[in-house]
Amino acid sequence: MAELNITRVDKIYHSRKGDVHAVKALDLAVKPGEIVALLGSSGCGKTSTLRMIAGFEEVSNGSITLGGKAIHTLPPAARGVAMAFEAYSLYPPLTIGENMSFALKSSRLPQAEQEKRVKDMAEMLEIADILNKYPSSVSGGQQQRASLGRALVRDAGLYLLDEPMGQLEPQLRAVLRGRIKHYLREHNCTTILVTHDQTEANALADRIAVMEGGILQQYATPAELKARPANLFTGTFIGEPPMNVFAADVSSAADRVSFTVEGGTTLSYPASDMSDALRQRLAQTPRISLGIRPHALHLGDGPVRGKVMACQWLGDQTHVAVDVAGRTVVSASQERVSRATGSDVSLNVAARDLHLFDHASGNAIAHGGTLA
Amino acid sequence: MDHSSSLEKILRSVAITLVLVFFLFPIAWIFLMSLQTNETILSIPPSLAFTPIIDNYTALITGQLRTAAGSLQLNFMQNMFNSVLLSVCSVALSLVLGVPAAYAFARFKFRLGEDIAFTLLSFRFAPALLVLLPLSLYFKTLGLTNTYIGLIWVYQLICLPLILWIVRGYFEDISPDIEHAYRIAGNSWWRTFTRISIPLAKPGIAAAGLLAFIFAWNNFVFALILASADKQPVTVGALAFVTASGIQYGQIAAAIIISITPTLALALYAQRYLVEGLSMGAVKG
Repeated sequence: MAELNITRVDKIYHSRKGDVHAVKALDLAVKPGEIVALLGSSGCGKTSTLRMIAGFEEVSNGSITLGGKAIHTLPPAARGVAMAFEAYSLYPPLTIGENMSFALKSSRLPQAEQEKRVKDMAEMLEIADILNKYPSSVSGGQQQRASLGRALVRDAGLYLLDEPMGQLEPQLRAVLRGRIKHYLREHNCTTILVTHDQTEANALADRIAVMEGGILQQYATPAELKARPANLFTGTFIGEPPMNVFAADVSSAADRVSFTVEGGTTLSYPASDMSDALRQRLAQTPRISLGIRPHALHLGDGPVRGKVMACQWLGDQTHVAVDVAGRTVVSASQERVSRATGSDVSLNVAARDLHLFDHASGNAIAHGGTLA
Repeated sequence: MDHSSSLEKILRSVAITLVLVFFLFPIAWIFLMSLQTNETILSIPPSLAFTPIIDNYTALITGQLRTAAGSLQLNFMQNMFNSVLLSVCSVALSLVLGVPAAYAFARFKFRLGEDIAFTLLSFRFAPALLVLLPLSLYFKTLGLTNTYIGLIWVYQLICLPLILWIVRGYFEDISPDIEHAYRIAGNSWWRTFTRISIPLAKPGIAAAGLLAFIFAWNNFVFALILASADKQPVTVGALAFVTASGIQYGQIAAAIIISITPTLALALYAQRYLVEGLSMGAVKG
């Protein structure tokens, strides 16, 4: 229930082969009771960040405070932090139940209260039936839930969850996500969740910190990340299927703004669809990267023409891969669509669904007709 | 095993029997020798029909060796005591020094870490006699010749590298996150080391300790050069059986049987831990 502040934190790993700058000047503030997801691909620095907060890695530069107290110089035991490990890390000689109650031993809770907590937690995570078994005799998914339970039963200022649901079956995952979010809310737990699964991040987190190459790319709510990505990386990283990106030349006439993409296709919009500030900016920016989310690229009459490569109905949405001047573009629709392979289609996109990025830096210029 | 044919079963039994005979025959033969007099041992052809005697054992235990040339003082039991003392103390010291060192080498990357670990291992490469010549001179100067402390110190050359490298491997196999989980639950580094790391590496520590004990027990050359009669272990003490009136085969056999007993007992005891370690199979968490 404490507030976490990470200020200008660097992590540099020294080795004979040279230094690796895993986390670069990270600033992150987590409000009391907030659930924050660190999202990124492997090696983006998210786990290093988590381990610095837990105290398993030293902070190379900067500071970390929890509830106003600097913790980055304290040993892990003194930080008041609970953690669920990706590799479970249960103690092999103890049963699942003992593993979970173990962390409560040092707390001064009465024995009955400890037992009740472990029992309730085990029921929530659906592992009540294996409390007397040893870690080596249960499945990976059960071990992972035990590891999660071991962290959540504790009273801690901050909960760190490292890929807490990676090993669970998809059906169980959706149910547990709901229960865990409810539990974290109810107990007002400040939580940092590390994941590479954006569905998990979207479902659980209040805010998501997207990391890449050790740098925080964007820190925003799930909705904002999707609607207003700060740069091309976030734009393409968030969203399934990923955003279609084209290099485009901008030409502005008195009443129209046109984007000519590779292959010669031109998307033209009335100038009134764009704000004045954006038009002024585009007048100085002849070349941009144009991002269009598959769900915003609609099949039907439009300026983008191509041939259908594949049409896939996924049960709840259709993905259509279209060859546009040698490039594969994906269009997604909530409806069931069938188009024969090789047939000609045209696609359209509204001005409000355009994401414009600086071609050189990748930073966002505009989303949906207004400056970013 | 259900799918193997009866022929396979028979062949397997035959193979196991052959292996057992090959390894156990010398020990059984020595045991039989230890119950015979020199005359029956040396009779040709050898016969299994003899009257067992325990004179060889009583001679060793009382320290009176009667030969054709007369009675001879033997301090086999003193040798035995020396062997136990030297081996136990050497292994204990090696465990106290080696287990924390093994943990450090497994967990922490530090300057020259690998070089230090390799240097310690390289003690095992050096021919013992090459080391002993300068060492005996130093020991004279330091007054360590013919002392238990000096011998235990030298025995570290045998035990320490063995324990260090075997236990290091076991520590490396334990996921650091198991320790992290314990530490973040409010426990100090030292508590984590003693409560989590050492128990999880126990099978490895037992195996390494046992091996080190056997190597220390069987050592001959260090004690031969650095110790005189009252500090010598059984390996060196056995030389006393080569007497003016011939070689006392019966007593040698009895001495062998007595001197392998502690190692055998220890191996049988430690085997429990070894099997437990292999069947646990979840050290990696």
